[in-house]
Parts: sequence; structure tokens; C-alpha cells
Amino acid sequence: MEIVMAFVIGILFMSATYLMLSKSLLRIIIGTGLLSHGAHLLILTMGGLKRGTVPLLGEEASSYTDPIPQALILTAIVISFGVTAFFLVLAYRAYKELGTDNTERLRGNEGND
Amino acid sequence: MKEMINFLILPLLIPFLTGILLIFFAKNVVIQRWIAAISALFNVVIAFLLVQKVRNDGIQTLDVSSWQAPFGITLVSDMLSALLVLTTTIIAFTSIIYSFRSIGVEREKYFYYPALNFLIVGVIGAFTTGDIFNLFVFFEVLLMASYVLLVLGGTKIQLRETIKYILVNVISSALFVIAVAYLYSVVGTLNMAHISVRLDDLGQSGIITVIAVLFLIVFGLKGGIFPLYFWLPGSYYAPPAPVMALFGALLTKVGVYAIMRTYTLFFIHDTGYTHQLLMILTIITIVVGVIGAIAFSDIKKIIIYNIIVAIGVILFGVSVMTPDSLAGSVFYLIHDMVIKAALFLLIGIMIAITGTSDLRKISGLIRRYPGLGWTFFIAALVLAGIPPFSGFVGKVLIVKGGFESEQFLGAGIVLASSLLVLFSIMKIFINGFWGTPQDYKGETNVPVRKLLIAPVILVTISVLYGAGSEIIFPYISQAAETLANPSVYIEAVLKEW
Repeated sequence: MEIVMAFVIGILFMSATYLMLSKSLLRIIIGTGLLSHGAHLLILTMGGLKRGTVPLLGEEASSYTDPIPQALILTAIVISFGVTAFFLVLAYRAYKELGTDNTERLRGNEGND
Repeated sequence: MKEMINFLILPLLIPFLTGILLIFFAKNVVIQRWIAAISALFNVVIAFLLVQKVRNDGIQTLDVSSWQAPFGITLVSDMLSALLVLTTTIIAFTSIIYSFRSIGVEREKYFYYPALNFLIVGVIGAFTTGDIFNLFVFFEVLLMASYVLLVLGGTKIQLRETIKYILVNVISSALFVIAVAYLYSVVGTLNMAHISVRLDDLGQSGIITVIAVLFLIVFGLKGGIFPLYFWLPGSYYAPPAPVMALFGALLTKVGVYAIMRTYTLFFIHDTGYTHQLLMILTIITIVVGVIGAIAFSDIKKIIIYNIIVAIGVILFGVSVMTPDSLAGSVFYLIHDMVIKAALFLLIGIMIAITGTSDLRKISGLIRRYPGLGWTFFIAALVLAGIPPFSGFVGKVLIVKGGFESEQFLGAGIVLASSLLVLFSIMKIFINGFWGTPQDYKGETNVPVRKLLIAPVILVTISVLYGAGSEIIFPYISQAAETLANPSVYIEAVLKEW
């Protein structure tokens, strides 16, 4: 199971990198979304995958899944949700203000002379 | 049952509640200013009391919701974090009073003060937390607020630079999560003291070194060490002066603090690799920063590259890892936070008067604005570390530590960098303040005297910090002692273990 997850995470990271290297702002934002998905799955896998048990730490429990990675993912998902929402709004505003979503044309050199 | 103290959460709670409260007064700028300033001043007092508390009673800890230490989130105030919290509150207060006359009513109506307060929450939280994942959460809090502050106003350059800034930080946050995941899979805990204990048992295997380098990349991106500083000169150039002061003084220093913490608490078993790498990078950082500071003739860029130099100097002290160099790093870190904030506020006044940041178009300011000129001159001397000012003490200790551990090249470069920093900052003074006065296209009726209050407070603190270093030094050495000897930190957090 961990091996499969490793491939899934690797593919997610690969697609994210490809998208973030493109010039369109929207593709870049989708890339950041995929990157954080990959990172979240990585946390889940790193905690160890187990089937058939629940994340409970009872006094008598014979077997349980580690609940901490799940708590961490929940936090990380909420954060990346917020950041992505902000990024999308910013991209829209920048598109309206600057008239382009092409990062090639977002270059600037104020103060570099 | 170990003794609990709620006091150390106060510096975090005050800006948090203030930020929420201010949202309700969004359209009433006068009330916002009063509330923001009073709460920031109150927070300075609280932070000062916290430093005294840590000085008298040792490291303070708080297990949030009474979940015992390695299981729940623990907040820890050792001397380093308490001192940094105090410095942060002072910089927050001065930035707020500087903003009254400079930031503009439009920004103030669109949640400038709430965002500023949330930024302070994130910074203070990052300094105070004792949990590695909670550190990530506080990083996100301060980043979210910094996105708002950076883009607020919506000018073209701000929009453009914010896009780059967010992209860099989203990638670095993803790497942070990945690093924490790797670390968790190896040690099975998130409490920083407990991680240190577990790593002590495990020894430094290859995977730990990988994690150490991953953390260095994550925090290096935030802190701006070579080669990860590439985004910094562009992004810090965009916002108005008080925001620049907050960013330059606080945000990069959070990254520096995180490297200090992790490289003295976690990754201390294979210093031959990790700390050597850190040292090489810091030396290159100093060189690159100095080149930038000398090469540009734009006053914002010069100060921004001086941030990069300072980060190199502070982290060089950390990489050497002797008690002297660590004390020097702590001393220099606080010195640098205060003086960088002062310099950004001062050049903010210069830019307001002249309407340009191009040094070639500015001259003779001291004729018409002697107060501004002399404050800048003292700030320049403090920055370069001319004795008896505060930069000197920190650098002496760092260089001493460098020579003791026979890192002659690095220590030599730290020394040489002081001269070039002095050159770069004097360039602003000589070109900008001497010479014949000109007529400028900047704002008319800049309230220079009222704007000068905040930088004068900061420069005064900086001078006193240097002159009173005998009184302050016990605090610094207490902070450095915890860094040099992690068992103090571990025992304070895990009292029952």
C-alpha cells in the first residue's frame, strides 16, 4: 500500500512541478493545489497505513491507527484552502489591473538600475 | 504536577483579540488608531514582564488545554523567545504610530491595522511555540497576514510582487509539511523537546541529515539565505515604508529563529555535515548581500541587501556553535531587528519628501531636515557596528567564536563585511544628505517631525542597547546557554520525564 501511495504522491508532485513551470497564472495556481495535495498524502503515508482499525486510543484498544497524521492533514488542508482562495482572488485582480495572466509579462525592474 | 503559567500566552492573545476587535471599527480610522496603539504599548509592557519572569524563574512552559507535554501542544518561553517577543512588540508599536501619518486613510479603512495585528500574532506565536507543527501553523498565520499587507493598496508593482511572494511561500510551506512528515515518521513525535530526546537516542543517520537539509531549505527560503534569497529584494521593494519595516525586521528573522532553534535543538549530532553546509551558505550570503548593498544606488535596495548581510552574520554565529558565537548571534539578532526597522522608517520619510528612492536624484536633505539627517547618521553608525554601538558587541562575540573554532575565513569575512556595510550606508548619507538642496516632486507638507517619533524611539533603544550591554548581557547569555545546552530546554518542557 505504501508503495502505491509513493507513486501517487510522486505523480502529484511531478504534475505540480510541470504546471508551476508554465507561464499561465491559473495553471500555476492549480499546480500549487496539486503540490499541497501531494504533501498531505505524504503525511498520511508517513504515519503508517493500516486497514481495519480506527484512530482511537482507548485503554483497552488492541489495535488503532495513529490519529496525529489525520489531525495534521486536516489543519494543512484548511490552510491550503485559504491560501488557494486568496491566490485566486489575487490572480483575478492582478489580471484586471495588469491586463495579463502571463508571468512572462509580469517582469519588472524598478530599482534595479 | 508541574507548575503552569498562562502568562506567556498573553503577548499572543492581545494582538489576536485586538485584530478581531479592529475589524468592527473598519471605517472609523481614529478609533482604530487609538485601539491599535494602546494595545501595542500594553503588549510591550507585558512582554517586558515576561522577560523578567523568565530571568527570575527560568524557562516558562504552558501545556495548552492541559494536554501533557509530549502529547499536546506546548508553548515555551525561554530567554531567546522572550527577548524576541519583546523586540517584536516594540517594533509593532513603533510601526503602528509611524503608520498614523504615512500609510494613508484608504489603507487604514481596508483592514491595515487588523492585518498588522495578525502578523504580530503569527510572529510571536512562531517565537513562542514548542511544537514543530504548530510552528508551521503560526508561519501560515503570519504569511497570510503578510500577503494582505503586501498587496494592500493594489498598485501594479504590489500585485505583481505579491504573486511571486505567495508562490514562493506556498512552495516553501509544502516543503515544510513534507519535512515535518519525514521527521514524524522517524521520531513519532511533534513536541520539539521530545524530538530532541528521540534524536539523541537514534543518533544522526542519513535520513536525519536529509531532514536537516530540508528544514534548512524551508527556513532559508523564509529567512533569505543564499541561494534562496532571490525573491527577497523584489518583494520587499513593493510595500510602503512601515510594512517594509515590519517585513524586514520580523519576517526574515522568524526564519532565522527557526534555523537557530532546529540547528541547536535537533540536528546536533552530525555538525560536520549540516553546520558546515550552513556555514558555507552563510559566508556566501554575506558576500552576496554586501555586493548588492554596494552595487545599487536605490536606497530601498541598499537597506534590503543589508538585511541579507545581517542574516548571514547571525547564522554564521549559529553555525560555529560555540557559546560565545551563539551569544553574539542572539545579541546581533535583536540589534538587527531594531535598527533595520528604524532604517526602513527613516528611508520611508526620505522617500515621502523626495518622491523617489533613486539616490542620484536626492541631495542636501540635511539643510532642511537636520533632525532626519542626524537620526539617520546615528542609525548608520549603529548598523555598521562602530563601538560603542550595539552592532559592535554582537559582531565581536561572533568573530571571537569564529576564531576560537579556527574558522578564519568566515570570521574574516564577517569583519570585512562591517566595513563595506558602513560604506554602503554612508553612501546614502553622503549623497542624500550632503550637497545642495533640491526641489522635489514628493508629497508636500510631509509631517517630518511627527514621522520621526517612531524611528527616534527605535534608534534610542538601539543606542541604549549598545551602551547598556553590560546590563543586558546576562539576559543574552541566559538565552545562549539554552541554545548551547539543549538539555535545559528539554528538562523545562518534559519535567516529568
